[in-house]
Amino acid sequence: MRYLDHAATTPLRPSVLAAMADAPALANPASTHRAGQRAAALLEEARERIADALDAHPTEVVLTSGGTESTNLALQGIARVRPGALVVPDGEHHATLDTAEALAAAGREVRWVPISSTAVVDADAFAAALDGAALATALWVSNEIGTVQDVAGLAASARSAGVPMHVDAVQALGHVPVSARSLGLSSSGATTIGLSAHKVGGPVGVGVLLVARDAPIAPIVHGGGQQRGLRSGTQDVLGAHLASIAIAEAVAELEAESSRLAGMRDRVLAAGVAVPGVVATAPADARAPHIAHLALADVDAETVVFALDRLGFAVSNGSACTAGVQEPSHVLRAMGLGHLAPLRVSLGRSTTSDDVDALCAALPAAIATARAASA
Amino acid sequence: MQVLAAMSGGVDSAVAAARAVEAGHDVVGVHLALNRNAGTLRTGSRGCCTVEDAMDARRVADRLGIPFYVWDFSERFQEEVVDDFLGEYAAGRTPNPCLRCNERIKFAALLDRAIGLGFDRVATGHYARVVDTASGPELHRAADWAKDQSYVLGVLTTDQLAHCMFPLADTPSKAEVRAEAERRGFTVASKPDSHDICFIPDGDTRGFLAERLGDAPGAIVERDGTVVGEHAGAHGFTVGQRRGLHLGVPSPDGRPRFVLEVKPATREVVVGPREALAVVELGGRRVSWAGERHPGLDGATSDAGLAVEVQIRAHADPVPATAFLVDDELVVRVDAPLSGVATGQSAVLYLGTRVLGQCTIDRTVAAEPAPV
Repeated sequence: MRYLDHAATTPLRPSVLAAMADAPALANPASTHRAGQRAAALLEEARERIADALDAHPTEVVLTSGGTESTNLALQGIARVRPGALVVPDGEHHATLDTAEALAAAGREVRWVPISSTAVVDADAFAAALDGAALATALWVSNEIGTVQDVAGLAASARSAGVPMHVDAVQALGHVPVSARSLGLSSSGATTIGLSAHKVGGPVGVGVLLVARDAPIAPIVHGGGQQRGLRSGTQDVLGAHLASIAIAEAVAELEAESSRLAGMRDRVLAAGVAVPGVVATAPADARAPHIAHLALADVDAETVVFALDRLGFAVSNGSACTAGVQEPSHVLRAMGLGHLAPLRVSLGRSTTSDDVDALCAALPAAIATARAASA
Repeated sequence: MQVLAAMSGGVDSAVAAARAVEAGHDVVGVHLALNRNAGTLRTGSRGCCTVEDAMDARRVADRLGIPFYVWDFSERFQEEVVDDFLGEYAAGRTPNPCLRCNERIKFAALLDRAIGLGFDRVATGHYARVVDTASGPELHRAADWAKDQSYVLGVLTTDQLAHCMFPLADTPSKAEVRAEAERRGFTVASKPDSHDICFIPDGDTRGFLAERLGDAPGAIVERDGTVVGEHAGAHGFTVGQRRGLHLGVPSPDGRPRFVLEVKPATREVVVGPREALAVVELGGRRVSWAGERHPGLDGATSDAGLAVEVQIRAHADPVPATAFLVDDELVVRVDAPLSGVATGQSAVLYLGTRVLGQCTIDRTVAAEPAPV
């Protein structure tokens, strides 16, 4: 099986596996005894490693259970402190959409911002929606389409409107340079930035929310007051340790890896659009290096993925599943391409040129088969 | 063979898939998501297509070591089965949605996709037998007549039968299937059988129809037009039904009354005595043949029809009859008057254990003329 679904999750890095095997017995890092101190040292070392990789300060690193929790903490946490509307682009990740909808159900106004046919947020509409808002949010790299958003520009416009801004950097990590400082992490820039370790070869279950020191944010989980009181609960020392190794490595190899992946991505896109009725969706000048996203006419989305699976390729439609059923992509709909079937091929450090050659060779026949099998 | 096993999450389709694997086929499991607004959890034995059912099917596939997918046919199901169901009731008929689902979804939409993807057969947990003969496949009753489901498969054509696989065909009893599931370690071994109509999980067909077709209150009348009661909606009354009429006026002879006819145009439900239910003939133009059309029907006339047995409901007994064709209508005359024949149901013709074909009943002829 050739695994080409790295946007869903990635295999653990060998260094992470080795660190897991070598893990010492760990006490609770909040304990005052020496065993606790050793655990706390490993934890804080991890926090520093993460901060270092992301151009942030360790105090700004709040460890969570993953990207979804990071998004929830940012959106709900800021909404607890600030009244007013939420500014949310169409085509965000479900963690954002569903959190916004839950807040809307509780009476909060949500201002939806349209995206273009290439999933680019309408910057003018975004700016116009900011007046008196509680917070704004945006996805740096679209998890479905792979479009790279100008989040610095959106954050600047939020800053001038005095509105806190959350940036979902889950798919950006390891693929575009994520720098807290360059995004102006403080209430005068991006206020929070969310990340997840398993997208870059770290363990599932460890996420990060970078939180500006002066962020207007309250906790959504209450308890022992760990991590600035923002995220109570015994801290996962081993998880943090493993996540920090993965994140540091991913950032260190970003430059070489992103150009390698971008070359392979372009080959997949070329093979795709050579098939009649297939288009590449992300803008040519703003595609994440690891995501090749295609939209196909005259075919059932799940059938394409099935046909490729039978041929030994693990790819995705890129959208959320309920009970294993592919939901129609809300992102494609927002792009005005809801009549097309999405196909997402996402690459990563274990992807070889041979994998891509094989996929490119198999793609036309797989699409033809899927079309024949579609009603 | 490459076999696509349709897995509902129930015990029958689980064992059917297991037997297909054991027979050496290359099997892939597929759960059909038929309800767009599927519930998360099953409630009792009713309903299907919940997230829990899909998970039950997945866990069986895991144990069998076969790939497993959930395919969304909810839109097709809505159009072809649910809308058809509503339309039939609105027209005063009594549809059989399971049969329609087999005809349009499982052995049409699913089968077409499977064939397109390179599969040879679709395997299901139905209790029925396909027998290959020199002149093509034939459909027969299952070994266990109590569980036999050949009636709801009676709509399948030669082409569809050629791509079917029913691994439970020769199983002597359902208990045996459960025991086999237990032996194989399937968590669904003791899962209750599903009943009723899968898309009406609370079993309230009348409420389901009223909600979608609107209230259509009207009169309950005798055959001579005497009003004997009223109803909140004509939808959902079925010919032969006795309960739920709530008649205020007792019948002149004090005997129970039954639904004889539903007239959607005037919203009248006609009732009368049991004898008035008896029909001697039925006919339908939506005809299909399971396998080659029986040669005995060539040239069969009202005077010299083909001697068959006809079954007019899923759980009715087959009764002796003669069948013949008038233009494109299949006409069936029963040897002895038969009660409870509802339009919209299928009349499935049998010759011994073999299913010959069927028609959707669209007219009946009463044994005795109505009093004037």
